[in-house]
Amino acid sequence: MQKLSDRGINLLFQSGAILLALLFTTIVLVLSDAPPIEAYRNILIGSFSSWKQFSDVLVAWVPLLLATAGLLVTFTAGLWNIGIEGQITLGAIFCTGLLRLTLGGDVPPWMAISLSILAGMIGGALWAALAGVLKTFGGVNEIFGGLGLNFVATALTLWLIFGPWKRPGIGSMSGTEPFPMELWLPQIPGLRLSVWSILIAVIGIAIIYLLLQGTYFGLKLKAVGKNMRSAYILGIPTTRYMMSSFLICGLFAGLAGSIQVVAVYHRLIPSISSGYGYLGLLVAMLVNYQALWSIPVSLFFAALNIGSIQLPIVLKLDSALAGVLQGSLVLFVLIMQGARSRFTKRLLR
Amino acid sequence: MEVSLIGIHKYFGAVHANEDITLKIPSGSIQGILGENGAGKSTLMKVLSGFIQADKGEILLNGKQVVIESPSDAIQHGIGMLHQDPLDFPPMKVIDNFIIGSRLPLFPKKSVVYREITQLQKQFDFDLDLEAYVESLTVGERQQLEILRLLWLGASVLILDEPTTGISAPQKNKLFETLRLLAGQGKTIIFVSHKLEDVEQLCDRVAVLRQGKLVGVEVPPYNIESLVTLMFGKLVNLADRQDTCTETPILRVEDLALESPRLRIDHVNLEVREGEVIGLAGMEGSGQLLFLQACAGLVRPIHGRILINNKDLTGKRYHVLMKEGVTYLPASRMEEGLVMGLTLNEHFALAGENQGVFIDRQAIQEVTSTRIKEFNIKGTPRSTVESLSGGNQQRALLALMKNQHSLILMEHPTRGLDIESSIWIWSKLKNRCSSGSAIIFISSDLEEILHYSDRILVFFAGKVSPPIPAEATHVDQLGQLIGGKGWDKLGLPDLQL
Repeated sequence: MQKLSDRGINLLFQSGAILLALLFTTIVLVLSDAPPIEAYRNILIGSFSSWKQFSDVLVAWVPLLLATAGLLVTFTAGLWNIGIEGQITLGAIFCTGLLRLTLGGDVPPWMAISLSILAGMIGGALWAALAGVLKTFGGVNEIFGGLGLNFVATALTLWLIFGPWKRPGIGSMSGTEPFPMELWLPQIPGLRLSVWSILIAVIGIAIIYLLLQGTYFGLKLKAVGKNMRSAYILGIPTTRYMMSSFLICGLFAGLAGSIQVVAVYHRLIPSISSGYGYLGLLVAMLVNYQALWSIPVSLFFAALNIGSIQLPIVLKLDSALAGVLQGSLVLFVLIMQGARSRFTKRLLR
Repeated sequence: MEVSLIGIHKYFGAVHANEDITLKIPSGSIQGILGENGAGKSTLMKVLSGFIQADKGEILLNGKQVVIESPSDAIQHGIGMLHQDPLDFPPMKVIDNFIIGSRLPLFPKKSVVYREITQLQKQFDFDLDLEAYVESLTVGERQQLEILRLLWLGASVLILDEPTTGISAPQKNKLFETLRLLAGQGKTIIFVSHKLEDVEQLCDRVAVLRQGKLVGVEVPPYNIESLVTLMFGKLVNLADRQDTCTETPILRVEDLALESPRLRIDHVNLEVREGEVIGLAGMEGSGQLLFLQACAGLVRPIHGRILINNKDLTGKRYHVLMKEGVTYLPASRMEEGLVMGLTLNEHFALAGENQGVFIDRQAIQEVTSTRIKEFNIKGTPRSTVESLSGGNQQRALLALMKNQHSLILMEHPTRGLDIESSIWIWSKLKNRCSSGSAIIFISSDLEEILHYSDRILVFFAGKVSPPIPAEATHVDQLGQLIGGKGWDKLGLPDLQL
């Protein structure tokens, strides 16, 4: 048999998947009587035509990358942490809660912000620990446990917004009372973007990259994810490693939630996680454990999200188009992975 | 049916697994295929049974050329393969196992199937209860079920891949009787094995494969030495017994009682000394695995004590016992021993001592390379474990053991390995014994138990014999004991069921 290089085959199938996803989305567009080229052009314009647009993409990129970074850890341990949405939400709740405590006191703003981010991380980790305990000690599959906890987190947010933390007068869906400017993460003048949050995201993914690539912790986690029984016999405390992966993912999710509060919305709103947890699951699946790849891929996904915002205005299309493209991309990449392994098996046998 | 393989070639990447194999198997004969692990036996049989396709060569059935692209093609042509592990559905009834694999319509008439199978049973002297659940059958009965199923599907050529692995001596005799009967009625039997004695006992002719090539065809009376020379290219002898046993105890088991959903073991007493090898004999599922896992801390005893190095470690977890130098090597290498998808490098990193935070890839690479050389593993540091052959996986598992051990607990240390690899693995294990480790191992190969153990525990349906010195017993006695007979001579009541 002729030798095709592994990388070559990989590239072939990956680009095939992207083409198929585009083709599929185009068919959806044509079927709904929309001009496909025009739609794609508008997405590009919406995300890259100006600094302002691109900075919005970056604003979406930060929480998405942080969520993905956390999920890479749970994925490596072989866990489907669907509960990440709830963990982001709890991060936002804890962050908001701490900021509210500092209101009216004389805590310096930088300290209030730092503490609130820390509180958010702890909140996310606690929520993740719940899913982890359910999984490792209660025998509840982390997908079901996580999903359940997501609903609880949403309910908790709504209760806080309409109950204890409601705006003076009457509570509304627009969220809690916005925090004063000094409790915002410093932003670039004229833009919604904060350099600090970019820095946090980049450091975050770097930590995860190092953790998974270069440490015994990462290697052991990988062994647990691939074969728990063998890992145990090799001497790895599997339960402790699974719990740690939940906690780390929760820390990152909570960080993402905190950023949504201190750098983006400056208050608690009902859907503060903005679906970045679920989107992060897609990104993590797409990059297949490779932390560095999650940087461009999550940027691309963020661009699709931001770029499609103006579709309803310009083309009278729903902005869900981005979701169609993202979802079909993941599906086709997964299909292509299956096709590739069948193809290489055929070559081998 | 006469089977002819002509000029079969098969490559796996750079490996030439079958090289120009031409073999004619006459109708109604029992053809042995002999060879060590990796000689190409299984590859050749997979080509014939449609699991893989030859890169070159022809298959002729009764002189007519056929193309076999899948196992269902093969059965259409009358070729059925009996796999090493039974391919049945344990929670279902025997009769339903027949119906599942057939091409009957959506609503099959059970009564017709019933009649056909009962008739086949009579013809070939089988005695299976069609209403029984498969999980209640013995391994031997499950083989019968599979043979019967293939016959019912119209097989006139039966390929058996290492069928005597994991079955008892009486079950083996029954199997051989059946195969002779089948051959007598015109079926062609192809019997793949690496066990000389089986081939000698059963086969009308033997083809020997070595390194992908057919190196000889022999007919009875067989000259064992010449068969061994054909298999390995040289003569191989078992190493002499060496006594490494000392007086220092490592493990003490006191009045141990264990329980699993299926059986209960009571009153086990055993003291194992440094350098000693203890063999656990018994039919699969007689309690020996339960006992071994209890010694490893993987099963919690319900009564009694386990002391290692004079420390009471009863009820402690495996990881605690590991710190005391206990190692457990499971039989299912890929499920419980190695991690699929990880490389040898990664395995040695995981198993290594003095781990810091960061992995020193350079150092690990060196360790791996040394171990690969030392344990003669055919692979590179970057090979994933699933890319290794079974024998090399077993070597890797052994190579992963830490250097200081006091107690090594093993299931089937040489199952599926050829004689040469087995001898090699035992020489490594004996080395460990001379440096003070003790070994407790399970094996279904009585010869192996007799040859390598100092003392033997026999298990039968949860009953445990007192330790029997290996010199004081022989294969026949052990064979009877694992079948539940002759226990009175040990001072215990006979345990006939």
